Amino acid sequence: MNAPTNSTAAPVLSVRNLTTSFRTDMGIVTAIDGVSFDLAAGETLGIVGESGCGKTVTSKSIMRLLPEHLTIYGPDSEVLFEGSDLMKANERTMRRVRGDKIAMIFQEPMTSLNPVFRIGWQLEEALKYHTDLNRSERRERAIEMLRLVEIPNPEHRVREYPHQLSGGMRQRVMIAIALCCEPSILIADEPTTALDVTIQAQILDLMASLKKKLNTAIMLITHDLGVIAQVCDRVLVMYAGRVIEDASVHDIFYRPQHPYTQALLESIPRSGGKERGKRLPTIEGMVPSLHELPSGCRFSERCRYCEDRCVQEEPDLLRAEDGRRVRCHFPLSTDRTAAARGET
Amino acid sequence: MTQPVAQPLLTPDRTDGTPLLVVENLVKHFPVRGGVFNRVVGHVHAVNGVSFSINRGETIGVVGESGCGKSTLGKCVIRLQPCTSGKILYEGADITSLSHADMMPYRRKMQIIFQDPYSSLNPRLTVNALLREAIKFHHIVPTSEINDYIVHLIETVGLRPDVRSKFPHEFSGGQRQRLGIARALAVKPEFIVADEPVSALDVSIQAQVLNLLMDLKDKFGLTLLFVSHDLKVIEHFCDRVLVMYLGNLVEELRCDKLHDEALHPYTTALLGANPINDPDQRRPLVVLEGDVPSPFNPPIGCAFAGRCPKVMERCRHEMPPLESKHHGQRVACWAVD
Ligand SMILES: Nc1ncnc2c1ncn2[C@@H]1O[C@H](COP(=O)(O)OP(=O)(O)OP(=O)(O)O)[C@@H](O)[C@H]1O
Ligand SMILES: Nc1ncnc2c1ncn2[C@@H]1O[C@H](COP(=O)(O)OP(=O)(O)OP(=O)(O)O)[C@@H](O)[C@H]1O
Ligand code: SF4
Ligand code: SF4
Ligand SMILES: [Mg+2]
Ligand SMILES: [Mg+2]
Repeated sequence: MNAPTNSTAAPVLSVRNLTTSFRTDMGIVTAIDGVSFDLAAGETLGIVGESGCGKTVTSKSIMRLLPEHLTIYGPDSEVLFEGSDLMKANERTMRRVRGDKIAMIFQEPMTSLNPVFRIGWQLEEALKYHTDLNRSERRERAIEMLRLVEIPNPEHRVREYPHQLSGGMRQRVMIAIALCCEPSILIADEPTTALDVTIQAQILDLMASLKKKLNTAIMLITHDLGVIAQVCDRVLVMYAGRVIEDASVHDIFYRPQHPYTQALLESIPRSGGKERGKRLPTIEGMVPSLHELPSGCRFSERCRYCEDRCVQEEPDLLRAEDGRRVRCHFPLSTDRTAAARGET
Repeated sequence: MTQPVAQPLLTPDRTDGTPLLVVENLVKHFPVRGGVFNRVVGHVHAVNGVSFSINRGETIGVVGESGCGKSTLGKCVIRLQPCTSGKILYEGADITSLSHADMMPYRRKMQIIFQDPYSSLNPRLTVNALLREAIKFHHIVPTSEINDYIVHLIETVGLRPDVRSKFPHEFSGGQRQRLGIARALAVKPEFIVADEPVSALDVSIQAQVLNLLMDLKDKFGLTLLFVSHDLKVIEHFCDRVLVMYLGNLVEELRCDKLHDEALHPYTTALLGANPINDPDQRRPLVVLEGDVPSPFNPPIGCAFAGRCPKVMERCRHEMPPLESKHHGQRVACWAVD
């Protein structure tokens, strides 16, 4: 499957046919199925989709952070990074990649920071592992990193424990640790979901300035479409383990081609309370269970445009000339979308 | 020719002007224990003298950062928690310190939908048992009609009647939130505190639950106190909004005026930090300096002073009073005249 190529930069990461299955009590379930995409240097790629669609499994598969004994990767899955396939890399290589080259931050910073060690020590440990700085250089760099993530008073803060920091500060410390070694890719899985909007704004602002400074490529997983609209360049929409649409953020919001993307966007209240008190369009029904996926299009049971062909045969993820990709037998035209939104 | 029927402006039955609920100077402090003797070493000032009123049929939003006292306010108002001081009037009657027995008729009228659809339903009760319990306790319908009534309730919240024999864990998050709503509705309440009813849900399911609440409001003329940290949801759903900061009510205004007439620097910061769903309207998010102060040891002056872009000397030692402006707007800030 072709992924769109970004004309300006060669991709730093190419994911091809990534398929991840789990052994479970109820047999083998395939959580993500044939996921392919490219990530360019300095690009922020958003990943959205309903709970359980495979966003976290995608990012953890790339990092090979899933429990090895329960996980089965597809035979032709590839994660191409710096000329080699991470799917074939050994654990030692992977350990160097994680943290050194590709860093990941998770939703709950409290569980990722060790509560019994001081902030400074945790940063210095990361530096010790990934750089050859000496002790005093590491101490200096730790303070510098805290300053970079805009923690006030870093000389003082390095001596504090995680519980002495606010949620926003803890998340910034996590970002500082993740960025210690100036990775070329940052994977952020719901980095602001547990935080308040004013703190979220700090984190997003910080990620934007780091991207500018270090040209880091960012994969941002979030369910907040407002965040996607404000910070992403491109968006991957997932549904039941499949990529169903991939387009620029503008196209996703203004010209979605997949009926699921369209329905998802319609169901959020408009900013500014423009349609106060009106009923919101909803997507009826539920995401299909991974154990009983429909044979045709995975969205067919809930799709308002579903036709016979959709139930019989699953559409491929097709790439148009402009680089957009959509997995639908009857992609929406611009007019149809506008009409459905009531803005003719 | 038929005359067009005059449509009620917002919701029916908000006519006579007597508020359904009046809250005066509500204070809730939680003791904090510590030390070797586990003595009370201080108090968390969760709610710090909040006053407001709600008319029948109205929906009031409560917004503010995590820990600012939204849930505590909601629970105190319906007396699920005793308040430290202050007064709560329901239909003009003071219910602040009613005995358990005297409170009984009000318990039925006031219900709550909890923040977390996963832990708020008793896992050992089937849907049927869950609803039956409350209906019998408050004698909502004669025993012979309970079964029909339960079916009716379940259908009202958009579930199929055959879910009656299921247990909570057999439902998705959205379905569980619907069950929470069914349970609140079962006793035919007039007033519901909805504590972040959609925060734990996926976007597409959020819309289903919001629509349901909206329908029920129209159908039963319900009055709601709607707690949320999501300004977009509040704006869409509520008539007025109360903005809280560290236990204090800092601004109250109509939702349709929110974008143009918000005056308090914290309200403007919330609006500015709220990411707009439109990639063509990108703007730098408003980033506040400083950190959230602790409710354990609140500052003496304005609680927002440590992060406020408009802070003045006076703000640091004197708490600004909540003052009335036009259209029922109220603001507590020294920089607003
Ligand atoms: N170790 C595992 N064993 C079995 N199934 C798993 C395992 N990990 C994840 N899954 C399943 O894979 C699917 C995708 O999960 P994933 O965590 O990627 O979802 P997500 O898109 O990140 O959702 P959310 O928005 O809720 O975080 C889910 O159906 C989940 O139940
Ligand atoms: N039972 C309790 N004992 C002690 N402190 C409490 C108790 N309940 C709440 N608090 C404290 O009171 C303050 C207000 O809490 P509350 O739950 O009302 O906040 P909230 O605005 O609902 O926050 P969130 O958005 O996170 O739900 C917090 O500092 C909280 O830690
Ligand atoms: S393939 Fe058919 S059912 Fe699937 S999204 Fe497209 S129109 Fe809908
Ligand atoms: S009183 Fe002072 S510190 Fe408080 S919000 Fe107003 S200007 Fe800011
Ligand atoms: Mg996830
Ligand atoms: Mg709460």
